[in-house]
Amino acid sequence: MSTSGTMAGQPETFNYGVVRQFTIMTIFWGIVGMGVGVLIAAQLIWPELNFNTPWLSYGRLRPVHTNTVIFAFGGTALFATSYYVVQRTCQVRLFSDKLAAFTFWGWQLALFAGFFTLPMGFTTTKEYAEYEWPIDILIALVWVSYAVVFFGTIAKRRVKHIYVANWFYGSYILTIAVLHIFNNIEIPVSLWKSYSAYAGVQDAMVQWWYGHNAVGFFLTTSFLGMMYYFVPKQADRPIYSYRLSIVHFWALAFTYMWAGPHHLHYTSLPDWTQALGMVFSLILLAPSWGGMINGIMTVSGAWHKLRTDPILKFLVTALSFYGMATFEGSMMSIRTVNALSHYTDWTVGHVHVGALGWVAMITFGSFYYMIPRLYGRSSMASIKQVELHFWLATIGVVLYISSMWVAGVMQGLMWRATGADGTLTYSFVEGVSATYPLYAIRLLGGLFFLSGMFVMAWNTYRTIKGQPKPNPVVYKYNPDSTDPALVGPAIPQPVPAAAKVVA
Amino acid sequence: MEAMFLLIAISLVFVVAIGAAFWWAIFAGQFDDSDSAGKSILGDEDENSGAPPKSHDGDVVGKKE
Repeated sequence: MSTSGTMAGQPETFNYGVVRQFTIMTIFWGIVGMGVGVLIAAQLIWPELNFNTPWLSYGRLRPVHTNTVIFAFGGTALFATSYYVVQRTCQVRLFSDKLAAFTFWGWQLALFAGFFTLPMGFTTTKEYAEYEWPIDILIALVWVSYAVVFFGTIAKRRVKHIYVANWFYGSYILTIAVLHIFNNIEIPVSLWKSYSAYAGVQDAMVQWWYGHNAVGFFLTTSFLGMMYYFVPKQADRPIYSYRLSIVHFWALAFTYMWAGPHHLHYTSLPDWTQALGMVFSLILLAPSWGGMINGIMTVSGAWHKLRTDPILKFLVTALSFYGMATFEGSMMSIRTVNALSHYTDWTVGHVHVGALGWVAMITFGSFYYMIPRLYGRSSMASIKQVELHFWLATIGVVLYISSMWVAGVMQGLMWRATGADGTLTYSFVEGVSATYPLYAIRLLGGLFFLSGMFVMAWNTYRTIKGQPKPNPVVYKYNPDSTDPALVGPAIPQPVPAAAKVVA
Repeated sequence: MEAMFLLIAISLVFVVAIGAAFWWAIFAGQFDDSDSAGKSILGDEDENSGAPPKSHDGDVVGKKE
């Protein structure tokens, strides 16, 4: 396969094949990951749904859910969109088809390996880093390859300017490499058992340095990169303020690293470390909202499109939830607020504002733009189903988060309530019992959201069935070309019939 | 809090890397023309229809269509 330039006189084409592979698997993992989420939500109401087996027990399935939705669904979506965006914005084919193919198969192998080993009880117990050491090594190899492919593509770009989305994607790739490697330094004692190189509160600090940056870089910076490409494309308007995108990017990248200790308030972590995390988490509000404002204001002058365009609805709503989640997160980082919220379902509610409201919905909007173009079409088979998905997703998120907010605040208040004699008013199990009906509402919210995922799968199937799998030709000319001889409007050249190859 | 020796060291490496990347970007002219940079992706015809891309030269941010 040609990696650059022309092949025996054939014009260079984009590598859409690997993008298509990642795209299909994203939808698969979305159904699986959210399905497991619905199952464990149901188990909190009907515990017998573990069927008395260790493999389906809540404790083992919860990390299956978290890892599948974050890394399998979210991660695969990021591979798909980053490979699409970097090629189109750099006007060049992906660097190294072979390495890109390795990232696809290697990543899927790691995800399947994790999906099966976690229910078998093989776990490091470190949150969002539960996969044991053989999978960690595979992930590290895949990730280094990902960096080589992504940055290699930027290095051989045919336009001078590096579009801002690529800065966001690039920084997420680099920081996740560092976070993954350092948090997962562990000493293996058998094929599926290892011990962390760190211990006690030191391990806690490293773990939440990783954990918060998994959120900050894997779930925020990366999806902001996605947003910065697909929102302007769908709205057909340039980013509101390109300068703001540059400024808030650097502020975000720098500040996020320091927020980790807000997961460890009132633990044995030193007070100064907790205070450091709290202060930076509050500062973080500004660069986060910079991104939200930039994305939403891009639609300024085209608000009327929101009435009829469900893809734009997804994108704008996702940005609103992003603003909500980052404001809520900063507030929850304040120690006195955290004293109420920590260990309650408010944290779960907060997670899902970000995960369902921001991450999933920005992915849906971006995919509904990208999927048709991967298969030579201009739109999805059914716009009505995109609209239906939007409403199912939105209702699902609202039910989920409102029930968890009520549950969380109630739990926090019940746990801290003391009588006149100083003894606790409520036992823990009374708090559980009071939360019960709210778990039912949350399950309903999750069911709405999952059903939307099925609508997307069906719509995608109907969109791509029978379609060719084109790899479009890269334009020879570009207004911003690195080669002065090739400066010109980016319009398709007449294409010889043989050049449009099926992937 | 020994873990801090590791984490702050890593953060300082990042600060240096960020500084270097920012320095390069400025002097390579990456931030010279933010207007056309924002519009560049809109000129990229990705619909496979073969039609030339729509002109966005007159686009003013916030202008109602």
